[in-house]
Order: sequence, then C-alpha cells, then structure tokens
Amino acid sequence: MPDESMPRQAPARHALGQQAQGQTPSQTVGPFFGYALPYPGGPDVRAPWLHDAIRLHGTVSDGAGDPIPDAIVEIWGADAAGRPSTERGSFDRDQHGFTGYGRAAVDRDGHYSFTTLKPGAAREGSAPYLVVALFARGVLHHLFTRAYFDDEPEANAADPLLSRVDADRRDTLVARSDAPRSYRFDVRLQGDGETVFLDYGTEV
Amino acid sequence: MQRPASQPELTQATISGEIADRHGRERDAAASAGAPLAAHPRRDFAPYRSTLLRHPTHELVRADPEEIELVSPAFGHTDVSPEEADLTIQHVGEPLGERIVITGRVLDGESRPVRNQLVEIWQANASGRYVHKRDQHPAPLDPNFTGVGRLITGDDGSYRLTTIKPGAYPWKNHRNAWRPAHIHFSFFGSAFTQRLVTQMYFPGDPLFALDPIYQSIVDPAARERLVASYDHDVSEPEWSLGYRWDVVLTGPKSTWMEPEDADHA
Repeated sequence: MPDESMPRQAPARHALGQQAQGQTPSQTVGPFFGYALPYPGGPDVRAPWLHDAIRLHGTVSDGAGDPIPDAIVEIWGADAAGRPSTERGSFDRDQHGFTGYGRAAVDRDGHYSFTTLKPGAAREGSAPYLVVALFARGVLHHLFTRAYFDDEPEANAADPLLSRVDADRRDTLVARSDAPRSYRFDVRLQGDGETVFLDYGTEV
Repeated sequence: MQRPASQPELTQATISGEIADRHGRERDAAASAGAPLAAHPRRDFAPYRSTLLRHPTHELVRADPEEIELVSPAFGHTDVSPEEADLTIQHVGEPLGERIVITGRVLDGESRPVRNQLVEIWQANASGRYVHKRDQHPAPLDPNFTGVGRLITGDDGSYRLTTIKPGAYPWKNHRNAWRPAHIHFSFFGSAFTQRLVTQMYFPGDPLFALDPIYQSIVDPAARERLVASYDHDVSEPEWSLGYRWDVVLTGPKSTWMEPEDADHA
C-alpha cells in the first residue's frame, strides 16, 4: 500500500518562481456531472436564429458501436475571421455575441448538438476547424480532436495536420454537410472508424 | 433503506491483482525506455471496467497547437457569482456533514498563476449520494445539498470553496467496490490544451489502494498530487476544517512575445 505508507507533507506554500511542478493528473468525469457541467445555453455558442449560425452535431459511440449516453462534449472555436473570441459570458450568453466556447451533454441516444459560427482559418495554409474535447465515464483522461469541414476541400488538402494523418482515417476529422448550414461530426471512441484523437504535447 | 442484491462475483482480489500487474508492466516499460512514469492515467486501464470499450486503440496523433488551442475561453464575474463557491448556502437549511474549506492555487508548469479562470466542482453528499437520477446508492439525499459549485480564480491563481466532506460510495465495477471520498474538479488553463477534469481526494483514505480509478495513475508521486493536505491554518475555530490542494496545468500555451519594435519604443 505505497500510498498510505508515504509520509504526507504539506506542500511548499506559494512556490511562485521556484522550479516547475508536475502535472496534476486527470480523472474521469464520471457519470454524475449532470447538475454541474451542462448549463442552459451551453450548446448555443451562436444564437440559432442568427443568419450566420451553423449546426455541429453527431453521435458519440463506443468500441461496440453503441451510442454512449453519458458523454459531455465541449467545442472551442475562432470567429469567422479565424480569431479567438475574448468575450466573457459563456454561462450567460449575450444573444448577439460569440464567446466561441460551448458545452453539450449527449442525450440518451449519445447525440449532441451545437450551434456556433463556422470559424475562419487561423493561419495561412491551415484549414478551419473547431476544437472538440470529449469527457465520459470510462474515459480517464479527456480526448481532444478537431472537426474540420467537408466544404473546404482545398484548404483541407493543404492542412498540415490532415496531411499527416493516414488517408484512411482522415475522414474521421471532417464534419460532413448533412443539411443547409449543418454538419455532422460523429465521434467513435474505439474500433471501426475510430476517431483520430490528438496529442498537443499534453500526453504527459 | 433496502439493501441491494449482491454484485457479480468479480472480486476485489482479482481487481487488485490486475492493478498490481499493470503497475509492474508500466514500471518495467518506463525503466527499459529510460522514461518517467506518466502523470496522467492510462486510458486503457482495464481494472476500471468502463474503459474497455471507451479507450482509443490507435496512438494519439501529435498536433501542433494553433492559436485557438493556445488560448482559453474567457470567463468572468458575469459568469459566476461569489456565492457559488459556498456549497453550504444554496438551500434554506444547512447541509448535513463535516463543514470544510478547500483552498489552493492553480498554477502552470512554470509555477505561474492561472488567473481569472473558471473552476467547477461537484460531489456526493455526506452520505455518499449524488443528486442524480442514475445514482442508485440507497443512501439518503440531503434536501439542503446539491453538491455543485463554481468560482473564478484570483489574480494569484488562488481559489477557496466551502462545502461538506463527501462520503465514500459503492459502485458496480466489481463486488464490494467503493470509491474513496472525492470531489470532482474542472479547470481551464490559460490555453485550451491545459483543460483538466479530475478528482481531489482526502488524506489517509483506506480505499486508495483498492480503487481502480485512483490507481489508473500508475505513478505513485502523481497519484499523491490528487490528495489534498489537511492544513490547520485553513481550519477555522468553531467552524470548519481546512484542506489545501494546489493544481498544476502544464502543456503548451501561448508565450508572450516581445513586440518587434520594442527596441524603438
């Protein structure tokens, strides 16, 4: 029982300016976040009735192909010009504003849905995308991915990340137009069609 | 309260054996690679059975963070009111349980404060029961405790919250499985790559060695970083016990660049 035998010491106080410290480890979000993390307006990053709103939606499924009913999805994206928003107010949305951040719990069929802006590309030579973070019971450390857009074929073909991913898995990073101003982005945690998940140097 | 039927015959001994085997394999692999043990849990940590169909089997693909990933959503006092940091004042009456204060700082890997960022928490009540329709544990709900709070860190990265100590609770990973008492925390860093959801534990819990979620962190030193310290200076006479827990969010973030014309300013 190494954890119990180790002497416990209060950590050094106010270690500002001292040596770098170790990463605090992740733990699963568990099944009981329902009163804590989802919030009214969380999925409506851009008010759905505004002409420039797009929908990003999809199903989260497991290695058996079954939808996961207890995942929670976050998106974070730039504005139409490719710039990150610095607006506050993600918890109390200004119906005409845009903070870029959204959160949606999946429903019992594993489905999530956001309305947001289609971002512009952040850099010359990069394709536009939304950052997606996924949390669930059974997922001990959240998973990052990106949702690119299938109506940007030229930009996608030149994008440095998409170019590096195996061709047969690349489509898992691309949201598919399924209706006017609507894109489908399914997330498969394991198995056939497993989504490409990303390491930003954060897998420590 | 009716006692539920007993669980499947997957014993703690089997789970504990699997934990020990995996820890041994991870230590050997780290030693032969000359690499440190990982700080984060292994996503394919089989003793925690819910991981089996929920971990990716492909290696994660290394991505260069772009600007959007190197900054974080902005939260502020328009989003969160100061009362939300006190979980004991959300109802007409006071919740049952041991009143506690938890305080600490959120820092980056260079010990710089993560200032003015969002912290969210949720937890079971003193009996080990969550306000959640899927929590079937036959322990009493507390009408004066929802178990949800949030706050914005100060300029020095500090946070402080008041709550009650949560109870341990049973779960169905294996027969006689109990989660050590814990509080769920969600953090945003100064970059979205630093996003972290985790659980804070209390010192000396006898369930640590038995819990496959806690033990999914294979590095003992990293596990210790999830355990708060009792701090008598945080305890308040005739009022509450105090715990201190600092959090470190490493990972890439934007570096402040000196303007090109700085020499001419």
